[in-house]
Amino acid sequence: MMDTLKIGPYEFRSRLLLGTGKFPDLDTQSQAVAVSEAEILTFAVRRLNLENPHEPNFLERLDLKKFTLLPNTAGAYTAEEAVRIARLAKASGLCDMIKVEVIGDPKTLLPDPIGTLEASRILVEEGFIVLTYTNDDPILAKRLQEVGVHAVMPGASPIGSGQGILNEHNLRFIIEDAKVPVIVDAGIGSPADCAKAMELGADGVLLNTAVALADNPVLMAEAMKLAVEAGRKGFLAGRIPKKRYASASSPTEGMIE
Amino acid sequence: MLVQLNGKRVELDDEVNTVRALLLSYQLQEKIVVVERNGEIVDRARYESTPVADGDRIEIVHFVGGG
Repeated sequence: MMDTLKIGPYEFRSRLLLGTGKFPDLDTQSQAVAVSEAEILTFAVRRLNLENPHEPNFLERLDLKKFTLLPNTAGAYTAEEAVRIARLAKASGLCDMIKVEVIGDPKTLLPDPIGTLEASRILVEEGFIVLTYTNDDPILAKRLQEVGVHAVMPGASPIGSGQGILNEHNLRFIIEDAKVPVIVDAGIGSPADCAKAMELGADGVLLNTAVALADNPVLMAEAMKLAVEAGRKGFLAGRIPKKRYASASSPTEGMIE
Repeated sequence: MLVQLNGKRVELDDEVNTVRALLLSYQLQEKIVVVERNGEIVDRARYESTPVADGDRIEIVHFVGGG
């Protein structure tokens, strides 16, 4: 049976979700997206620059039949702002998924838990497929599921920090109790972080900066894809428990004397 | 007429009096954009029938790279 990621009514083969910000140029970005094999791409909603409305835009290069768009509510500091951005995104007619992101503080970009919960509740009621970027807080993850989100996306560490998973313990709690997919979002720095998240049992990883700002974004996109796959397979295969002492791999019987 | 367009005061010609005419004036008819007028999203099907009037606050947004 195919191992797929199911989010609301949608099903995906890839468990790597890719952001589309900060790439050095559109050609590099196109190649990175292609080799990542990501099927879900995030975008932000912003004012069109009316002084240069026809500047090249990555979205216009995409074959929209091949990708599912996941617009975010980045920039929102309140539930109301997030809901407004989400409605604008949906009115494009291109998508009904939304990454809810309500930030509480510009320095850490950590989510505001109260605004995040409120925006998620409203958008679920309005019929969006809601993927919520959240703190690595197991209780908040539970509350989000109670209001009906379709995926919870705990941050590994602050957005763009590349610090990897800072609270493995909490992430485990979230994963253990989750009834919807858990996608580790934000703070991924290296392929090892992806593999770790997937080995812990996460259903997917969402990252952007770690690929976009790598010395070689295309190669890093491939590395992340492989790491997510390796971590997933490792999780499904069931790792051995850690032991304090050695345990010989070669037989102790039949030694030559 | 004077409108607030994407946060800036913009003087529009008098014939730019519908959302459709506004989009055409910037040659945006083929672009993936969403329009909000005075806080309300304008449905695509209503671009022609939605007026643009003096003092309107209009936002024209699109998707950009983001994480």
